[in-house]
Amino acid sequence: MSQIKIQVEHATRSSWIGVAIIAIALVVFVLAPFWGERQTLRLLAEIFTFVALASLWNLLAGYAGLVSVGQQAFVGLGGYLLFALAMLLDVHPIAAILIAGPVAAAVAIPVAALIFRLRGAYFAIGTWVVAEVFRLLASQISVLGGGSGISLPAAMVISMAPSRQLREFEIYWLALALTVAVLGAIVALLRSRHGLALTAIRDNEEAARSTGIDVTRIKFIVYVLTAFGTAMIGALIFLQKLRISPDTAFSVNDWTAFVIFITVIGGIGRIEGPIIGTIIFFMLRQTLADLGSLYLLMMGAVAIVVMLWAPKGLWGLIAERYGWQVLPLQRRLVLAPQAKETGRKP
Amino acid sequence: MEWVNVILQGVLIGGLYAMFAAGLSLIFGVMRLVNIAHGDLIVLAAYVALMVTQTLGIDALSSLLLVTPIMAVIGYALQRGLLNRTLGDDLLPPLLVTFGLSIIIQNGLLELFTADSRKLQAGSIEIETFQLMQGVWVGALPLIQFVVAVAVIAALQALFYRTALGRAFRATSDDQAVAQLMGLDTRHVFAMAMALSLAIVAIAGVFLAVRANFDPAIGPARLIFGFEAVIIGGLGSMWGTLAGGIILGVSQAIGAQIDPGWQLLAGHLAFLAILAVRPQGLFPKVSG
Amino acid sequence: MPDAPLLELRAVDAYYGDFQALFGVSLQIDAGQVVAVIGANGAGKSTLLKSIAGLMRPRRGNMLFDGAPIGAAPAFEVVARGIALVPEGRRLFPSLTVEENLKIGGQSGRPGPWTLSRVYDLFPVLAERRHLPAPALSGGQQQMAAIGRALMSNPRLLLCDEISLGLAPIIVRDIYARLPAIVAEGLSMIIVEQDIVQALNAAAHVYCLQEGRIALHGRARDLTRESITAAYFGV
Repeated sequence: MSQIKIQVEHATRSSWIGVAIIAIALVVFVLAPFWGERQTLRLLAEIFTFVALASLWNLLAGYAGLVSVGQQAFVGLGGYLLFALAMLLDVHPIAAILIAGPVAAAVAIPVAALIFRLRGAYFAIGTWVVAEVFRLLASQISVLGGGSGISLPAAMVISMAPSRQLREFEIYWLALALTVAVLGAIVALLRSRHGLALTAIRDNEEAARSTGIDVTRIKFIVYVLTAFGTAMIGALIFLQKLRISPDTAFSVNDWTAFVIFITVIGGIGRIEGPIIGTIIFFMLRQTLADLGSLYLLMMGAVAIVVMLWAPKGLWGLIAERYGWQVLPLQRRLVLAPQAKETGRKP
Repeated sequence: MEWVNVILQGVLIGGLYAMFAAGLSLIFGVMRLVNIAHGDLIVLAAYVALMVTQTLGIDALSSLLLVTPIMAVIGYALQRGLLNRTLGDDLLPPLLVTFGLSIIIQNGLLELFTADSRKLQAGSIEIETFQLMQGVWVGALPLIQFVVAVAVIAALQALFYRTALGRAFRATSDDQAVAQLMGLDTRHVFAMAMALSLAIVAIAGVFLAVRANFDPAIGPARLIFGFEAVIIGGLGSMWGTLAGGIILGVSQAIGAQIDPGWQLLAGHLAFLAILAVRPQGLFPKVSG
Repeated sequence: MPDAPLLELRAVDAYYGDFQALFGVSLQIDAGQVVAVIGANGAGKSTLLKSIAGLMRPRRGNMLFDGAPIGAAPAFEVVARGIALVPEGRRLFPSLTVEENLKIGGQSGRPGPWTLSRVYDLFPVLAERRHLPAPALSGGQQQMAAIGRALMSNPRLLLCDEISLGLAPIIVRDIYARLPAIVAEGLSMIIVEQDIVQALNAAAHVYCLQEGRIALHGRARDLTRESITAAYFGV
């Protein structure tokens, strides 16, 4: 009797299509500097950074169940690390972006040790307090502009690339690369054993704990990793802006409100959600033109409506209805093909 | 002597912080809801008071007679119409909906009133001071606010433990299903709790508006102060919340005395220190 | 003139999500009657009471109280109509004192003979402990408090969910000894029990539930030991 072997399959037909689309899109995006104008490149870079930020927030809130309204702490931290490393230590801006990640992760460890003492919504406000503390500390650092902020010196900017156009290309490709790296890391994490644990936590934390998953440790790790990624994105954002100040670096509206609304509307707890949400967000912004606070107000209202009547977001509705997935993250148990065929004897 | 004055100032503003916290704490106690829009509702109350004083030509403290019931009604409607739908086992909906509400209120106020700083006038009482003892002066308004804050907390305690409504609150908080078996419509009980919370918010908002400049963006900071007062004092204890508010106020005052830029930071650091060393707070009654 | 039944259930199906707990349950109880519902663990007894009390909404079937439908009514309305539940496990409010628990039982404000002093007459031990927090009471005392709390709403129908659960036999006997005083006022009762002896003693009419279905019903004195055992265990 041959043994029955079972293996885990991730891909479905929709995910094959999804991966194909993503591959094509990637090629298109990489070549964007050659077919797109400067405005387009800037817009795309902004879209990429929001996809990355939202995906990281989604990992934290949608999978690990840690709702943070204070991720701007790490966006700003990344930005300030970039400026500090570049201006004070003469580090090349791109290297500074890469260093910002691990430094932020190191900072996140004691922060997590403190705020993990809070639960639920109190944890959320705790993250906000941390962001406030970072903001206040930043305004005390006069060498980085104190309360009014500082601009990146021209010499730094020029050191990135000789011409302005090349700099724009460089930042664009950096944004693309960073976003792909963040998404890739998230997918890899979700495909791994830890990802299985995370998905279990997402579905039912109590039940996950009862199967022996060390929920607290996983949440801790996810928090630190998210800080890592968020800080790198933050560094990139402020490299592009060329100027930083405590209020812009640690802005709740820019780095948390929009990110949350994007993820809620797109779909929390699924990797496709933030991507869909960002697309919707930017489409709305382009068509409605910037209405400032009114726009934020509308997004808030839409997010509330979605949260109450379609809590899984737009993608959640679609995915549940059709069973689609864009990336191969599902786990299905299937029978493995037999290892050896029994030959027929003549 | 200077330090005595500093600490006194801190204690008095602690009363205001305790009022910020009381509404937050009440809601959490009755329905386990943390209202992220709480600070923005305080600011909303300030703007309502602004409109009332401007249209009716009355002073700020008298406007309380109108602002308080207005905010209470808003609270009842808000809970019944929106927030009751978020209650349940899932953590995300109440958090994200109240966060969305916070953004909506801030931006709505911004649209209606612009970002200009405002202040409410309370009349001559604003500049009155008197001497408590040799070298120690206290402003009449801060003292009144502190006394009112203490009175509000005492009233809340009395309401919770000596009235039928308070009984209903405690029972519903204990066991929603069995509370229903007693004939309590929990939707109504929750809405009453929110109405009460926003009545306190109204008082806090008017006091805030009289004391300092306000604009649509200062809500989150008030939420944070209230939250810090609750955590420092300990969940579930109203008097603990007062103590928490006072400790926060005093920390801020000491920080400000060292360096004006350190005022807020000192408060946050005091909060983080308590969180590190005694996370359940100083006078906890329940475990979160 | 035939009296309409006080409570009538017709073919009630109840579900917990996708799991069906009651299958076509029909029963009726007349005014002044005491009915026992017995059955093994998980037979659906509590589900039945919760459905009547309005904590659960049956998916199919009719429930009529005094001729009027109550299937869609939420629990707080059902109490106002005159049905009170003594929940399984007592479930007194831990943040309230004994007296506060009783008082809140009267929240619905229905008129009737049951007042705080009447309840204290029925259960004197509660009067001695009226200002203690509810959790400070022993199991038997808590059960009395829970019954008292339900009586405070002056119901016409009292639902008792496993009042003997976790209590010593002597305490159970003591509690059951006071039930006749309650019924003497004209109150009707449904007693859900795993303890068959007490149930059959207290009730005139018995229903036996087995895996969500009525397996047997009849007058207590007409049913034999064998038929009850068979219905109870489904053998």
